[in-house]
Amino acid sequence: MSHRLRVMDVAPWAAAVLALFVFPRHLQLGTQILVMVLFVLSIDLLLGYAGIISLGHAAFFGLGAYCAGILSVRGIGDPLVGLAAAGALSGLAGLLCGLVVLRTRGLTLLMLTLGILLMLEEAANRAAWLTGGADGLQGMQVAPLLGLYEWDMFGRTAYLYSLAVAFIGFVFVRTLVHSPFGRSLAGIRENAVRMEAIGAPVRRRLVAAYGLAAMLAGIAGAVNAQAFQFVALNVLSFELSGAALIMLILGGAGRLYGAFIGAPLYMIASDTFAKLDPTYWLFWLGMLLIGIVMFRNRRAR
Amino acid sequence: METLAGILLNGVASAMILYIIAVGLSVTLGLMKFVNLAHCVFAMAGGYAAIWLLQKTGMPFALALAAAAILVALLSVPVERLLYSRLYGAGDLDQVLFTIGVIFVSIALARYFFGPSPVNIAIPDALRGQVDLGVQFPAYRLLVLAAGFMLFAFMWLAVEKTALGARLRAAVDNRRIAEAIGVRTDRLFTLTFALGCGLAALGGALGAEILPMRPTYPIEQLNYVLIVVSVGGLGTLHGPFIAALVLGIADTACKYYVPEFGAFFIFAAMIAILLWRPNGLFGRA
Repeated sequence: MSHRLRVMDVAPWAAAVLALFVFPRHLQLGTQILVMVLFVLSIDLLLGYAGIISLGHAAFFGLGAYCAGILSVRGIGDPLVGLAAAGALSGLAGLLCGLVVLRTRGLTLLMLTLGILLMLEEAANRAAWLTGGADGLQGMQVAPLLGLYEWDMFGRTAYLYSLAVAFIGFVFVRTLVHSPFGRSLAGIRENAVRMEAIGAPVRRRLVAAYGLAAMLAGIAGAVNAQAFQFVALNVLSFELSGAALIMLILGGAGRLYGAFIGAPLYMIASDTFAKLDPTYWLFWLGMLLIGIVMFRNRRAR
Repeated sequence: METLAGILLNGVASAMILYIIAVGLSVTLGLMKFVNLAHCVFAMAGGYAAIWLLQKTGMPFALALAAAAILVALLSVPVERLLYSRLYGAGDLDQVLFTIGVIFVSIALARYFFGPSPVNIAIPDALRGQVDLGVQFPAYRLLVLAAGFMLFAFMWLAVEKTALGARLRAAVDNRRIAEAIGVRTDRLFTLTFALGCGLAALGGALGAEILPMRPTYPIEQLNYVLIVVSVGGLGTLHGPFIAALVLGIADTACKYYVPEFGAFFIFAAMIAILLWRPNGLFGRA
């Protein structure tokens, strides 16, 4: 695979900058999309490259969101400090979880990833003194970005901030998957036994990938918290994990640009249709999922 | 002492509902390695069907439950043949995505036909009262409890003592060898899938008094059912039974003694058990 600059590497970013001028009144949705792009990108690293299926990747998104949120409530309002702390905490948590859960496979792995998410969700729900519980985290005070840019009511700063973070995240992932490390992840995905046989430290690579994906997810969560100055319990939900997984599949896993197709498509569709009628939206989304899977597994009878 | 007995009885009653719903999934997973996250959809279908039958036809309660279970079991056959059977042997990811799709569609359908708010089942007046067992205990839950134990005994006999059960056990142990000696595992699977769905429907309907039906039921109950199955171990009957008992009692006790922690300890315990025994407490490696 060549890692020259392709159209698909540049086009989404050009579109994102253009959107700033074309849709100045939809920047909130734009910010949500960019956050999801980064989150889906982290799942792509995990699923598309390392081949690890997780039902609970939102655990790290939520951890990052609450980390940045709680810091800013407690008086540490600088967004970049919050971002770094959230990334470090989620990455560390990801490494720890990876060390533990990657010893298992199949259903048990799925259940463990889901279980960790459920446990965190319940913890955040019950620790209302810290997280605000079911009412969400109130009273975030995010300081101006770099001490210069106030968070304006149109969401321009938030949009540009999330754009910058998502872009850096993308460059990071793109560099990573074309590096020897990234290639060995793809090798493990294709055949772990052979990779072990040619001397690749399979377990260690997978744990590292899990930690990196968790770090990126935590950064996405932190941006989400800071841009909207609010953290609700749904950042730790199975629904978020599922939605992000669907976005990745819609866009295509293991291709990097999956996140740029899937996330905007899903978010804009859900924003448009769910407003009209959430029941129909859910019905057709389910039908689409069933259709995609059936299409992928069609066989000549 | 009385609270302890109350916790125990209530815990066992909810455990029985969990078990009846989950046992079909345990077999499905053990036999076909199919990650069916949509299993609780069939429980919801059973619950709504029983409620609808009771309202529209006014048939006796027991008959409505049985009819709902049979209806869902019959309905599951074409679903299995047309959709599920195409994904046997597909990757975990495809099975997960497909079953999430089924959950979404079922939520939308349930909301369309029955509305978004919870619907309660009308239990007969004769079962509304309390029974004195040293502690006051709702008669209906006592019935649920008895039904759970009876079903477990019945299934144990069916799996251990009948030819069909023997074939099923053979297919779970080693599907290819079972096929080689003439067991038609695809038919066997359609049958067990239908039975599992029927049981789930029965569990959903029986439990509708405690867990009212609402469109998001398949997602809400999914965690508990998956915990029962994965902790109990796949492809066994007694594994999920014991796991359901432990989970039901522990959940009721946690809600009573440490309500401020909610279900936190349940999830933590599940993670610990799965790390200690990745195949579940009674699963075979």
